[in-house]
Amino acid sequence: MRSASNKMRNPEMIQKSRNDYIEKGNKYKVVVIGVSTGGLKAIKAILSVLPSGFALSIIIVMHRHKETDGYLERSLNDECNMHVKQADEKEEIKAGIVYVAPPNYHLLIEDDGTFSMSVEGPVNYARPSVDVVFESAAEVYGKGLIGVILTGANKDGSRGLKKIKEAGGLAIVQTPETSEAAEMPKAAIAAVDPDYVLPLDEIGLLLRKLESER
Amino acid sequence: MNNTNENEKIEFDLILEAIYQKYGYDFRNYAKASLRRRLRYRLSQSNLKTISEMQHKLLNDKEFFDTLLLDLTINVTEMFRDPSFFKALREIVIYELKKQPFIKVWHAGCSSGEEIYSTAILLKENGMYESSLIYATDTNEMVLDKAKSGIFPIEKMKDFTVNYRKAGGLASFADYYTARYDNAIMDNSLKKNIVFSNHNLVTDSVFGEMDLIMCRNVLIYFNRELQDRVFRLFMDSLRPGGFLCLGSKETIRFSSFSENFENVIEKERVYRRIA
Repeated sequence: MRSASNKMRNPEMIQKSRNDYIEKGNKYKVVVIGVSTGGLKAIKAILSVLPSGFALSIIIVMHRHKETDGYLERSLNDECNMHVKQADEKEEIKAGIVYVAPPNYHLLIEDDGTFSMSVEGPVNYARPSVDVVFESAAEVYGKGLIGVILTGANKDGSRGLKKIKEAGGLAIVQTPETSEAAEMPKAAIAAVDPDYVLPLDEIGLLLRKLESER
Repeated sequence: MNNTNENEKIEFDLILEAIYQKYGYDFRNYAKASLRRRLRYRLSQSNLKTISEMQHKLLNDKEFFDTLLLDLTINVTEMFRDPSFFKALREIVIYELKKQPFIKVWHAGCSSGEEIYSTAILLKENGMYESSLIYATDTNEMVLDKAKSGIFPIEKMKDFTVNYRKAGGLASFADYYTARYDNAIMDNSLKKNIVFSNHNLVTDSVFGEMDLIMCRNVLIYFNRELQDRVFRLFMDSLRPGGFLCLGSKETIRFSSFSENFENVIEKERVYRRIA
């Protein structure tokens, strides 16, 4: 765990690691972000750095109460440059848009790049569950996918992040010390060897770099 | 796409074909992501190694198939799920239907029946139950039997009562069931006008003219082609002016039949067939 967090605080390592992916001809298409209750500030810190013409799709899964429909989307839309909306059933995933998983449903991604949903029981006590979105996104996007785990007080997302790495995608985790709740990042670091472990402000900048130089 | 992934996708398609040919359940036009997830779950709970092995097993073992069938048809529901929807059903749809001397309601994909009893309660509280007939259909006999029994775990009644109140319920919810040990048994007076029967939205057709069709959180599991088939079936089953209620994330807007329906309450996904 220590090695993972030290490794990526070094800018040269970031450079090297990124070039690794570019050399492999890797092109990122989608960023999936998992965050637990209370993660609104963390999400805003990342999205506020991204410009309106940002070329990747972003899919956010945040644990939230089932009757809070709409507030998160409005709040993010007011403060971010990119267009933020709730993911609709069968909607085609487009570049440059931030999609938020609806409360009380699991969100999945189909082979044709559209969203689908399910009301099967909670996974890791959560619906939407980060694992469910991450796992299905990994299957569809493979090495074109970036997975990000942020602050959270449970272990949801670790399995999914592992699957993203196994499918050739990139794994980013918020440094536990900078997380309001460290359990989710810690669990992710324990389960995966993340490519980057970074504080929030650097995650946003990294995403910009990965996008512009892909 | 790597090879393993590609082979696995072929195996998934083949197992759906096997299920269809052997047992007649057609999952071939279901949305794949969630289906694969559930097949993988059953695989992980078995001592089988691959989807192909599981295919062999289900062809030769009906019991195993029955277990898998329960995994494949999601049966998670609750009474007055989405209370704001049931509030709208009470205040707007049922209010409108009161003008009719007799109404027919179809609950398509009723699962274990929680929402049927919710609707029955609303009809009763509006003095309409005696002049209503409710068709409750599902493809899965096991959950249909459960729905028919009207027996639910008592520990769920607390949440259901909260939902009932949020949905505008004014009576005492406990009057609608009898508690016995760990179970809540729904009152027989709610059951007598409900007809439970097996109906498959994928393969079966129209069976009557309805005033209200409720099909909530079923279409999310279908691909667009199959969704269109079901929307056509609903259109043909509704009288002009009849209501269609979908789950809170389902919409008819992107289907080929959107022009045959008008929005009644967009947020709650209540539509009405245009005359």
